[in-house]
Amino acid sequence: MIAVRHHRGARALAGALLFLDDARGAAMGEVVELTQPGQPARRGQVIDAGDGVTVIQILEDPQGLSPARVTITLTGAVAEAPVGRDLLGRTLTGVGAPLDGLPAPIGEALRPVWGAPMNPARRHPPGDVIETGVSAIDGLNTLVRGQKLPVFSGAGLPALELAAQIVEHARAGGGEPFAVVFAAIGITARETRLFVERFRDSPAMARSVLYLNETRDPTIEQLLTPRYALAQAEFLAFEAGMHVLVVMADVAHYCETLRQVAAARDEVPGRRGYPGYMYTDLATLFERAGVLQGRAGSLTQLPILTMPDDDITHPIPDLTGYITEGQVVLSRELHAQGVFPPIDVLPSLSRLMNAGIGAGKTAREHRRWADQLYASYARGREARMMATIVGEAGLSDPDRRALGFATRFERELVGQGATRRTIADTIAAGWRLLESLPRDDLERLDDDTWARRPGAAAGEGA
Amino acid sequence: MTSATTTTTATPGAVLTRVTGTLAEARPLRDAGLYELVRVGAHGLLGEIIRFTGDAAVLQIYEDTTGLALGAPVVATGAPLTVALGPGLLGAILDGVGRPLRELAAASGDFVAPGAAAPTLDPARRWRFEPRAAVGDQVAAGDLLGVVEEQPGFEHRVLVPPGAGGEVVELRGGDVTVDEPVGRLGDGTVVRLAQRWPLRQPRPVAERLPADRPLVTGQRVFDLLFPLAEGGTIAVPGGFGTGKTVIEHGLARHAAADVVVFVGCGERGNEMAEVVQEFPRLVDPRSGRPVMERTVLIVNTSNMPVVAREASVYLGVSIAEYYRDMGYRVAVMVDSLSRWAEALRDIAARLQEMPGEEGYPTHLASRLGQLYERAGRARVHGTPARTGAVSLVCAVSPPGGDFAEPVTQASLRVAGGLWALDPALAQKRQFPAVDWATSYSLYVDATASWLTERAGVPWAELRARVLGLLQRDAELREIAGLLGHEALQDRDRATIEVARMVREHLLGQSAFDPNDASSSVEKTGCMAQLAVATLDAAEAALDAGATIDELELVAVRRAFAALRTGPGDELPARAAAVEAAIAALHRRPAGGAP
Ligand SMILES: Nc1ncnc2c1ncn2[C@@H]1O[C@H](COP(=O)(O)OP(=O)(O)OP(=O)(O)O)[C@@H](O)[C@H]1O
Ligand SMILES: [Mg+2]
Repeated sequence: MIAVRHHRGARALAGALLFLDDARGAAMGEVVELTQPGQPARRGQVIDAGDGVTVIQILEDPQGLSPARVTITLTGAVAEAPVGRDLLGRTLTGVGAPLDGLPAPIGEALRPVWGAPMNPARRHPPGDVIETGVSAIDGLNTLVRGQKLPVFSGAGLPALELAAQIVEHARAGGGEPFAVVFAAIGITARETRLFVERFRDSPAMARSVLYLNETRDPTIEQLLTPRYALAQAEFLAFEAGMHVLVVMADVAHYCETLRQVAAARDEVPGRRGYPGYMYTDLATLFERAGVLQGRAGSLTQLPILTMPDDDITHPIPDLTGYITEGQVVLSRELHAQGVFPPIDVLPSLSRLMNAGIGAGKTAREHRRWADQLYASYARGREARMMATIVGEAGLSDPDRRALGFATRFERELVGQGATRRTIADTIAAGWRLLESLPRDDLERLDDDTWARRPGAAAGEGA
Repeated sequence: MTSATTTTTATPGAVLTRVTGTLAEARPLRDAGLYELVRVGAHGLLGEIIRFTGDAAVLQIYEDTTGLALGAPVVATGAPLTVALGPGLLGAILDGVGRPLRELAAASGDFVAPGAAAPTLDPARRWRFEPRAAVGDQVAAGDLLGVVEEQPGFEHRVLVPPGAGGEVVELRGGDVTVDEPVGRLGDGTVVRLAQRWPLRQPRPVAERLPADRPLVTGQRVFDLLFPLAEGGTIAVPGGFGTGKTVIEHGLARHAAADVVVFVGCGERGNEMAEVVQEFPRLVDPRSGRPVMERTVLIVNTSNMPVVAREASVYLGVSIAEYYRDMGYRVAVMVDSLSRWAEALRDIAARLQEMPGEEGYPTHLASRLGQLYERAGRARVHGTPARTGAVSLVCAVSPPGGDFAEPVTQASLRVAGGLWALDPALAQKRQFPAVDWATSYSLYVDATASWLTERAGVPWAELRARVLGLLQRDAELREIAGLLGHEALQDRDRATIEVARMVREHLLGQSAFDPNDASSSVEKTGCMAQLAVATLDAAEAALDAGATIDELELVAVRRAFAALRTGPGDELPARAAAVEAAIAALHRRPAGGAP
């Protein structure tokens, strides 16, 4: 790329797109500075470089810009962010400017925010558990380091509360260095407060970096915020050797912005108006999770997204589910019943769970324990539905027992409230629930597993 | 500046005049050919000419274009996108355009840098070449010239390349690299261990043959109900999390093929990492060697360049055809074909082509058809006479899990079978989540006699009985859901109970249980027969006056489950235990009931 060049005036300006004639040497993704007398400086980036016309996407509010008076500076560089351990404890804007009254962070290095794909042959398969302290996750949908596990939420459901609780309670295991990077993408001031104030003064803040793009900030910046966060997270994970948990909220806002930009460019819309490349675009965020061979750290993602209309087939959750390694789904019914966290374990799944559990990791019988809890709960939920049609009396005996089990499962195991449970506590609580059913109802448990449950009376199950 | 090797025609002065995303334009570039490869910019990014307008060539770029600037030099290479075919492919991990990922990492680190280059086959490695033809022999395309032991016990056959032939003028054995000449033919062809092949062009065969036997998958639901034939094609559509990848990985591990080509097209890096870690340690019971030694992995994850996804599928099929030509049975898995189709869509949109359904280009169906056509069983060219097969199993990722979308529909028109995955079953953790009402296989008849002979049970009959049971069960459960459990007769309840056993333990198979992950044909046949016998015994007891509560179905189910998860060598003993439980199904309490 060549050096800095200045252009006075643009050919056209349409929304957040600026069209420039004869931009010699313009490069794909090149950072552009826009200045105009009486206006704040703005930034943009080249999204279509051409000998005829070059298209620049303005990354801030374009209001007040005039194509005749603006000066366009092509900087000769692609977007880079300062990253480093000195950013821990800081609160920054969505593009890395200080929000906490301290000077701008210097960082240990500058990194391109777009990143580069990990070489798949250099990845190490994830297999070490992160204890979140939440039973429905640790017990039934275990999160492992290097995984991307989104929370599928609905409008008004406490996804951020759950994320905040996890951020406070999570442990990487083995006392290894742990850090949190939070990317707020178009969330409200109320939500920010909820999340930020909760640990501004807690010990968790010292190991966290917050990138905040709120509703009132330029929406277009939302395309950069998660990438600033991920560039920082990659540095902490793969160069500073830390286990990093990246929380992004709300991915739905990110997708709306992507759609807006596509519409502004007159692109052929895909499903429900979202661009056809949304899968790939989201993948360039989510696939930055992982573990690398021979490097100490890991990058784990917990993206939060609100399902429009609670519809899991909507393109936003759908494409996300096609990229991530499972999902944690929140339930409106459970929330209405006061269950916190309102996690519906039936549609939830951690695809990497098996790699993280078992003897030497969590508990030897963890898999079968989880399978049995899941099966009994699923049967109970089905029975609950059937009972609404045929009445409880129309149920078979095992179905009636499963129905009672399901209710206790929701209240006691899932609905733990704000407390932190160790994985051992979670497993013990699960066994207590299972023991309330007759042995014959527990078909997923072989005799050996049953006999080895903690608290099994000596000689039983022989 | 002008690097004038025989294969490189530099177009002096061609520079980049536009770049947007994966698409670029260079001019003046008229004298290059359509689909010719180009190198772009200082880093030499790989691109391909896909259109000419005026004096400009439109390029699709196989790498990340961030930072690529107007005015950057563009050099045409004189050749289309090709892959080097030769020993060293087995066990390799390649990206979508055939670069070995481990070597790329050694050159450019843990993250893939644009412009990084490494040859597909290790140019320094020496192979022991043993000639199997003699100077003076008359040879034609496909004839055997010699062999190389590519992996322990695996014979890599060096053949006369398509289109070549004549008298063998020179041929010598010895330790050679893939690029060193080992001989010469009368038509001037220099014989080397490696040859280059244009990815998008099918390799010719002598005669296409119909399917005649199954490619045993090790998954009971497929082998019993919806078999795959050698040389067959199957589409596996399913919403996210329905188990497509687990099925594809299971096939790569257990399918009875000589060579497996796995194309991870636009999917997850962690999944591939798992394969890369596991396959070298997993032993193929048929060869006693690590599974990795029969596997070629092609990996272009979802965050890697989109254009390379399109190429990756052709790369996989070309490699498969190459081993087929040697006379091997090759299985190709593509996960997921939808990401390939989306790459087509992406390119078409950037070219501002008229979009067809859901934005896909109108040529989607024909391109997909051509791809599926590259599978099949065939008599291949050359002597000694031999047949080979390429089987193709493609995962499809329909938006919202709804099959009424272009990629699924186009696949159904050309595939020989459908393994339809159902999110409702997946959510119930009924895996493999195959919807038996929608799925089908056109290979049922062609494979039945082979299976019957191998398993020693009447395959077609068992298949029909099991399908019939499942159908009846679905009807009965609908009734029970409306009217309550009480509305059912004892006979119906027995059907439901046995069907539950069939769904959970015969068709259900856990990919994570080492004893259950793969099922031999014998075990599958045995389990199917016992399930049917259970139903017959229950109905006979009820006919003889017993009530459902007197039947010890739980005991049968326990024994059946134990058979499922038992080690292979205990199959006879565990089957006998199920038979005993069936015999004891109705044991009236002493003294008799009133
Ligand atoms: N045979 C099986 N045995 C046990 N678990 C299974 C099986 N098949 C699928 N699963 C479970 O379902 C999860 C999802 O399966 P898989 O990754 O194959 O889905 P997919 O269809 O490929 O989804 P996507 O389209 O998002 O890639 C697995 O992680 C596993 O937990
Ligand atoms: Mg998959």
